[in-house]
Amino acid sequence: MNEHVELQPAETDVPAIPAMTAVRTPWSEFRRKFLRQPVAVVAGAFVLLLVMLALAAPWLAPYDAENFFDYDSLNALPSLKHWFGVDPLGRDIFSRILVGSRISLTAGFVSVAVGALVGTAFGLIAGYYEGWWDRIIMRICDVLFAFPGILLAIGIVAILGGGMFNVIVAVAIFSIPTFARLVRGNTLALKYLTFVEAARSIGASDWTIVTRHIFPGTIAAVVVYFSLRIGTSIITAASLSFIGMGAQPPTPEWGAMLNEARADMMTSPHVALFPSLAIFLTVLAFNLLGDGLRDALDPKIERQ
Amino acid sequence: MLQYSVKRLLGLIPTLALVGVLVFLFVHLLPGDPARLAAGPDANPETVALVRADLGLDKSLPEQFLRFSGGVLQGDFGRSLRTKRPVSTEIGERFMPTFLLTLVAMAWSVAIGMLIGTLSAVWRNRWPDRVGMTLAVSGISFPAFALGMVLMQIFSVQLNWLPTVGAETWRHYILPSLTLGAAVAAIMARFTRSSFVDILGEDYVRTARAKGLPETIVVVKHGLRNALIPVITMMGLQFGFLLGGSIVVEVVFNWPGMGRLLIDAVDMRDYPVIQGLVLLFSLEFVLINLIVDVLYAVINPTIRYR
Repeated sequence: MNEHVELQPAETDVPAIPAMTAVRTPWSEFRRKFLRQPVAVVAGAFVLLLVMLALAAPWLAPYDAENFFDYDSLNALPSLKHWFGVDPLGRDIFSRILVGSRISLTAGFVSVAVGALVGTAFGLIAGYYEGWWDRIIMRICDVLFAFPGILLAIGIVAILGGGMFNVIVAVAIFSIPTFARLVRGNTLALKYLTFVEAARSIGASDWTIVTRHIFPGTIAAVVVYFSLRIGTSIITAASLSFIGMGAQPPTPEWGAMLNEARADMMTSPHVALFPSLAIFLTVLAFNLLGDGLRDALDPKIERQ
Repeated sequence: MLQYSVKRLLGLIPTLALVGVLVFLFVHLLPGDPARLAAGPDANPETVALVRADLGLDKSLPEQFLRFSGGVLQGDFGRSLRTKRPVSTEIGERFMPTFLLTLVAMAWSVAIGMLIGTLSAVWRNRWPDRVGMTLAVSGISFPAFALGMVLMQIFSVQLNWLPTVGAETWRHYILPSLTLGAAVAAIMARFTRSSFVDILGEDYVRTARAKGLPETIVVVKHGLRNALIPVITMMGLQFGFLLGGSIVVEVVFNWPGMGRLLIDAVDMRDYPVIQGLVLLFSLEFVLINLIVDVLYAVINPTIRYR
């Protein structure tokens, strides 16, 4: 049943693009499997849209996010003039959400990028050299793992002080061990394969073997985890701002906005609604994209 | 079995020792002079020097570490800078509310999560699966603090069914434990589903079906037990997530637990309390993971003899 469905697109593709089906490159395989998942494609498009909105936010925002106060419509509900309504101080919520997207996306992306870069390097070293390198790196990971999630971030913020930059550092540090473990596992699985042995037998250096032969084999896992991790990191960064350790008011960071909205929940719940929705939809898009990438990159999925 | 447990327990000692060193160094990494912090902003230099000697901060670093670890082993974490009471008393008063909250959240989320995951795997790609997995991916995408605020707004403020803040009766536990457990239930559901889908494709499941066993027996007897093996490991990791998540949820519901104590301590730079809490949180996390590993070995005999 499944095999039949598998074969059909290939058959119809043959006359149109013979070159594509003759050679199945990893990239074309990935594209074929990814485009087959409408949810993931929509999520990916939404992420792209978010990134563009965030980049253009200062020009798109109808009002100044921090210094415009509309005293005539305090706590106003959504209207044509203020799409998402007005907060108790008279600020336009739509503008604040828009500008806040820059902070949340940057926090999510930069912290995971740093975590993935450092973690991947550690994972490659630990997996390839084993022995002492492995023991030391994995012991450090164990210690970092011994602090449950956000606690490590709170500890780091307590040392470095509050603020968004330190939050990003904290979230990056706590992303490192997961990437290191993931890449180490993949490296251990790859290093005894014949193609690595072949590379070594023709005199390739350790550097060449690791960067050109082993690292590409770990990319798929890292990419999938990267996307899923961005969602988690956005939530962690927003949580730290929510408990008052990250971005400080009047910065329009989504978690900080929710914290501010808490005081007026009884009278104006809509002030809390839009930042919640913004975090939810953004994280949801990254998670759905990550699920789609995993299904497209995991060779096991095809067989089921 | 006992041998395996003891081996795993001993393996924890180096990790815990390193955690201890980090937590000890924490005070020395803090910006500013801890003695001045302890003495208060108006203290004169003599008082600060006196406080420094009292806290042992004038000794060498190794000496201080010995003093610190000796104290910790006897349950002495020093005194809170804010209340001047022993840190162990401060934490002791806050321990039960957090522990109970975590336990209640864990119990419902694991049960519901595994149920949804199993149903989704059995009816894969049909509507129970679609509903279950939509719920699950929403659950991991909705931040706990926002969920807590929404639940409180609906059930406490609008409907007036449940109390908003505090931890006096069982009714106080409903909303915070729902908030705390939602993400874990979602993760458990996704994980159980994928584990179960793998198992249902195995040869022995086909054999069980081929010999005419009812589907319920196939799913429960042949599927569930094997699918549980990776799920149990996941449970341990989730406990850490709950311990961390409780910090945020306690802020939303003004819960008198360790999480709020930690936030207050960080705000006030009450470093002995921070030290004690961080140490306790990580000790709890490491011990839970050990218990999970041992449980794992009970279920899966191949682990024990490696």
